[in-house]
Amino acid sequence: MTVTDTPPATVPHDAPTAPAGSRLRALDLRLGYDDRVVVDGVTLEVPTGRTTAVVGPNGCGKSTLLRGLGRLLRPRAGSVLLDGDEIGSLPTREVARRLGLLPQQPVVPEGVSVLELVERGRHPHHGLFRTWSREDERAVAEALERTDLVHLAHVAVDSLSGGQRQRVWLAMVLAQATPLLLLDEPTSFLDVAHQLDVLDLVRRMCDDDGTTVVMVLHDLAMAARYADHLVAMRDGRVVAEGRPADVVTPEVIEAVFGVTATVLADPDTGAPVVIPRRRTS
Amino acid sequence: MSAAAPARPATAPRTSTAQALARARRGPRRRRRAVVTVLVLLVLALVLVRALLGDYRVSLVDAVRIIGGEPVPGASFVLMESTLPRALVAVLAGAAFGAAGAAFQVLLRNPLASPDVLGITLGASAAAVTAVVVFGVRGTPVTLAALGGSLLAALVILGQAGGRGGATGRMVLVGVALAAGLSAVVHWLLVRASIYQAQDALVWLSGSLNTVTWADIARLLVLDALLLPVALLLAGRLPVLGLGDDLAAALGVRVTALRVGVTLVVVALVAAATAVVGPVAFVGFLSGPIARRLVPGRPSVGVAALVGAVVVVGADHLAAYAVPGTALPVGLVTGLLGAPVLLWMLRSRPTTQEGR
Repeated sequence: MTVTDTPPATVPHDAPTAPAGSRLRALDLRLGYDDRVVVDGVTLEVPTGRTTAVVGPNGCGKSTLLRGLGRLLRPRAGSVLLDGDEIGSLPTREVARRLGLLPQQPVVPEGVSVLELVERGRHPHHGLFRTWSREDERAVAEALERTDLVHLAHVAVDSLSGGQRQRVWLAMVLAQATPLLLLDEPTSFLDVAHQLDVLDLVRRMCDDDGTTVVMVLHDLAMAARYADHLVAMRDGRVVAEGRPADVVTPEVIEAVFGVTATVLADPDTGAPVVIPRRRTS
Repeated sequence: MSAAAPARPATAPRTSTAQALARARRGPRRRRRAVVTVLVLLVLALVLVRALLGDYRVSLVDAVRIIGGEPVPGASFVLMESTLPRALVAVLAGAAFGAAGAAFQVLLRNPLASPDVLGITLGASAAAVTAVVVFGVRGTPVTLAALGGSLLAALVILGQAGGRGGATGRMVLVGVALAAGLSAVVHWLLVRASIYQAQDALVWLSGSLNTVTWADIARLLVLDALLLPVALLLAGRLPVLGLGDDLAAALGVRVTALRVGVTLVVVALVAAATAVVGPVAFVGFLSGPIARRLVPGRPSVGVAALVGAVVVVGADHLAAYAVPGTALPVGLVTGLLGAPVLLWMLRSRPTTQEGR
C-alpha cells in the first residue's frame, strides 16, 4: 500500500475479488460547479457486489464524486461508464432501473405517508401511464418488512424521528430494487445506535441481495468496519484505495485528513480502529 | 436442511404485511373518493343555483325544456344568454386556475408559487392593459395580448429552470420580482390612460364574467379538454419531483424537461382562462392549499381543479347578489374571500397523521 499525493495510478488495486469487471466505472473524471473544479481526474472501478466507502475530509469532493457517478452532474472531462455505456447517453429511466441514489437530505413532502413515499421508489419501473403491478406490490411490501416499517406504513413521514426517517428512505431505494446503489452520508445526524441500524441494513443489502453499494461516509471507523473497499480522497483526487486494513494506516490518515493517528485492530473483527491524536496540517 | 428460520414462517408475515398495506391505503383512498364525490356534487349544485336562482328564477322543469330545445318566453333568454353561460364559464375557468395553481405550487415546492403570485397572470394583465390603453383595441386583440403577455412572463421564469441546484428558489424569486415590476407597469398605464380606457381596463383587470358568450365557452371548453388531461398526466410525476431534484432524477424523472412541460401547460391554462374572464384574484393561489388540506400527502391537481370550479361559481353567485342592485366583479369576491381563507390556513396546521 503506497500513498501518493498526486495521480493515484500507482496505488495497487486489490479490490477483493471484483467479479467479472466493474459495472460502474469512472475514467479520469473531472467534475465541478461553475468555475470551480471539485473532482479532478478520478479513475475508479467500483467492485461489483461489494460495499465501497468513499472517505475524506469535508470539501474533498466525495459527495460530488457520488453525484457524478449517479449522473446528477455532467462531467467536465472524462466519463462515467455504467455497464460499459456512457451514463449520460442512457435514458434517465433506464439508468434509474439499474442505479439508485440517495442524496444526503431529500425533501420530505408535507403529510406524505411512509407507504406513499416508499411506493415512489417504484417510479422508474412504470411507464407514462402508471399501472401498479404485483411486482411493485411485492417490492414495496418486502422493502417495508426489511426496514421494519410495516406497522408505520400509514404514518406521516414528517412526524417520524430522524432514525426512522432514514429507514424510510432506505426502504424507498430498496423498493427501487437496483443492482447498484449510491448513498450520500446515510448516517449523518443519526445517533450511534441508528448509525449501526442503517449500516447493518446496507450491509445486508450487499451480502443478501448482491447489491453493489457505494457510500460516502465521514466516519472513518464506520467506513473501515462496514466497507469491503475504501476510497480515500483529498482535494478532488483519490489518495489511496483498497481493503480497509490496507488503507486505514497512520500514513494514509495523515495524508488524507492531516492528523496523526494511532490505528489499532478491533479485537472482535480485526477491522482497523482509529484514534486521532493531533492535527498536522 | 429444509427447516427454515423459525422466526419467519414463509407465509404468515406476508399476509399480515399485505393486510397492513391494504389498511394503510384504505383511509386515504376512501377520503379521496369522498372528497371528489362531494366536490363534483357541489359543482353541479352551484351551477344549478347560479343558473336558475338569479333575479329571474327559472324552474328546473323549464330549464330542462329549454335545454331540450323548447323555448320558454323570458326564461329562455335569461338562462341561455346570461346565467347558464356564466355558470359554465365559471366552472371551466375555475378548474383551469385551480389546476394550474396547484401544479405550479407543487412543481416549485412552494405554496406561494402560484401563477397569480409569480407574475404569469400579471403578464397577461400588463399586456392586456397595454393593448387597451396604448393601442385602444378591444375584444380579441386584448385576448391575444393577454396570452402573449403570460407566455413572455413564463419564459422569463423558465429561464431559471435549468442549471444546478436551487432552480425552484430562483424561479420563485424571479417570478415575484417580475410580478412587482409588471404590477407597476399596469398602474402606470392606468394613471396615464383616459378615464374611459381606464374603465375598460379596470373591468377586465378585476376579473368579470359579465360579457361571456357561447363562443368563449366553446373556446375554453376545447382548451380545458386538451390541457387538463395533460396537466393530470404530468401531475402523476410531481409526487416524485416533490422529493427534491436530485432524488427525482435518481428515480428516473427528467427534471428540467418536466419543469418546462408543466410550466407550459400551466401558462396555457392560465392564459386560456384569463383571456375570457380576466385575472380572477387568488383562485390559483387558494385552490392548491385547500385541495392539499382535503386530500393530504399527495399533490392533487384534479382535486384543486374541482376546488377552483367551486370557488369561482360560488364567488360569482355571491358577486351577483350579495349587494342588492350592484353586480360586483367576481374577482372582488375571490380576493375578499382569499385573505381570510389564507389566514385560516396559516393558523390550522394540516393533520400530519392520516388514518390510524
